[in-house]
Amino acid sequence: MSTLNRRGFMKAGGALVGALLAAGLITTNAFAADFPTAKVNTTGLAVTDTTVKVGILHSATGTMAISETGSIQAEKLAIDQINAMGGILGRKIEVIQEDGASDWPTFAEKAKKLLASDKVAAVMGCWTSASRKAVLPVFEKENGLLFYPTFYEGLEQSKNVFYTGQEATQQVIAGLDWIAKEKKAKTFYLIGSDYIWPRTSMKIARKHIEKNLKGSVVGEEYIALGDTQFGSVINKIKLKKPDVIYAAVVGGSNVAWFKQLNAAGLNSTKQTMLTISVTEDEVLGIGGENLAGFYSAMKYFQSQDNPANKKFVAEFKKKWGAKSVIGDVTQAAYLGPWLYKAAVERAGSFDVDKVQAALPGYELKDAPEGPVTVEKNHHLTTKLRIGQWQKDGQAKVVYTSGYIKPDPFPKGYQ
Amino acid sequence: MFGYSMGDIGNIMIMQGFSGLSMFTVLLLMALGLAIIFGQMGVINMAHGEFMTIGAYTTVMLSKVAATYGFVNYYFLIAIVLAFILAFALGYFVEFIMIRHLYKRPLDTLLATWGLSLVMQQAFRSSFGAKEMSAELPEWMLGSFKPTPDIDIPINGVFVMVLALLVTAGVYIFMYRSRWGLRVRATVQNRVMAGAVGINTKKVDRVTFALGCGIAGVAGAAFTTIASTGPTTGTLYIVDSFMVVVFGGAASLMGTIASAFGIAQAQSILQFFMTSSMGKVTTLLVIVGILMMKPEGLFASKLRK
Repeated sequence: MSTLNRRGFMKAGGALVGALLAAGLITTNAFAADFPTAKVNTTGLAVTDTTVKVGILHSATGTMAISETGSIQAEKLAIDQINAMGGILGRKIEVIQEDGASDWPTFAEKAKKLLASDKVAAVMGCWTSASRKAVLPVFEKENGLLFYPTFYEGLEQSKNVFYTGQEATQQVIAGLDWIAKEKKAKTFYLIGSDYIWPRTSMKIARKHIEKNLKGSVVGEEYIALGDTQFGSVINKIKLKKPDVIYAAVVGGSNVAWFKQLNAAGLNSTKQTMLTISVTEDEVLGIGGENLAGFYSAMKYFQSQDNPANKKFVAEFKKKWGAKSVIGDVTQAAYLGPWLYKAAVERAGSFDVDKVQAALPGYELKDAPEGPVTVEKNHHLTTKLRIGQWQKDGQAKVVYTSGYIKPDPFPKGYQ
Repeated sequence: MFGYSMGDIGNIMIMQGFSGLSMFTVLLLMALGLAIIFGQMGVINMAHGEFMTIGAYTTVMLSKVAATYGFVNYYFLIAIVLAFILAFALGYFVEFIMIRHLYKRPLDTLLATWGLSLVMQQAFRSSFGAKEMSAELPEWMLGSFKPTPDIDIPINGVFVMVLALLVTAGVYIFMYRSRWGLRVRATVQNRVMAGAVGINTKKVDRVTFALGCGIAGVAGAAFTTIASTGPTTGTLYIVDSFMVVVFGGAASLMGTIASAFGIAQAQSILQFFMTSSMGKVTTLLVIVGILMMKPEGLFASKLRK
């Protein structure tokens, strides 16, 4: 230490500050005074010298609360962490939480309230496509900013929305490639709940199986939402003996599907199944013993072994209880506030137009799932992972794809 | 035949036959409690599904206790009894504070019980969390029974089947072979007269309603083996339950059994030959058609009008 004179120390310190600045880390300590409110907020958003208001709009009550609770928790955790670091441009985030109550018109109404009367600078919210479609016109009319966490069917791109989950091709294609190669699968049985996301995903899956994998689809089946009787469907599958069941069953049906499949003797020793609708959250209801050995295709699994994820999981459990689990969408929801912070700092402004323009091209390096990049089409470039479920309800990641660019309007798959 | 061997087709027919029977017993178990409440008392109980959910949560919670104290192998039988007791007690209480004031206003019961169902759902959500849970099933209830290597008979299906038959027999004995049943039927047929011969009709109402709720609790406990447990699980069953009871003819136990059997077989067979959604739609269309011709259901009680 004695060899380090004052000049050397200053030099080293300067280099360090320079490096931090370059990495964009030190901007978090910027004082609000460097960014006067009149300059960073020219459109009358709820931004003061010390605070910025951000909305959270999910279902805390009703059917969808099962799924959306995790997203609310992740967003609140991210916001707490950002505030602990000093907020955005020196302003603490103030959360205004509204309850969409699993009812689509309510979502639209609350979105309008958040944007028009609370003047929030951004909203983290929605889960189902139906709720997103309901609020979309409001966000476009009021020029709001929505961060949407769920993996979904694609076929949408709005300048007012950033999609932090995967669109269908990102989730479907790489997963099918893997299972076709790994399990030498040729015949596929497609089964999903009867609404837009499973139907669009299956359409892409069928095209990919028939055209690119030279396999065949021996059955395609849609189950009414909430149906809990799978006896006949399972018998059909037994008759067709597919190499792979490709499943996108959701909600209460999902639990019934796996329980009855196992009871009918189709467990993972006899049947390969790849599903795109089971995350750690669903496993709580299905039970690890009913899932063990089956595969899920997701971009995130709680068991992922990297420092950013370990920290995220530990802090999530510290805030929300040791028993809580983190599924794919919960992690995607966690990205929303961080991406918003980065966008505002890149723009040097809270103005929605400037924030929108600043985010594409940004790489979030320390996301729990691994680095993600925001693309011009407002979706993220991510990797796809295949997890094999274990009895304890966690998945073992058995495959990680390369980076997959988002393609919400896939040519040749529609 | 269609590229499948005869052996395959034989096996599938056996398993398909079982899955039809299994669906029949599930529908029957769902509808029995409602058949008593709606059929005998004329109360439209929209919270029926939530009473099932009470049974389901009882089972899940008891399974956690069982896992801690190591009696996983036989906790399920205790869970069924406990589910009945809890649902019965709550039913008794609900009748006392709410339903009894509404006997003369059947449409208001519909609204009131629907409100009750929303309250109960939110209560489940607040106390057990919004996420779905699963009961840890005993080893003997998992997997399938294999008479031959290619035939799988789900053990949980057999369990639900046995339970449904026991409960049906129990209800039959209670309604048609016991003094309590006699009082219930007397009250249904002529309330004033029943009161005049010394039957406490108010107590009969309360016990009948509670009994229906208790049976719903048993059904909920049994369904943890085949389906989900969450705050809104009840909503999955309520439509099917009403369909079975209305189609069967409200006031008849035989009607409920026959209608559960008919709907289950039609749906199971149609879903095998058509897609699952189409099978369900077709079944519903047939039911609507039959109800248009026979508005009182399959087994209408013969009343002088």
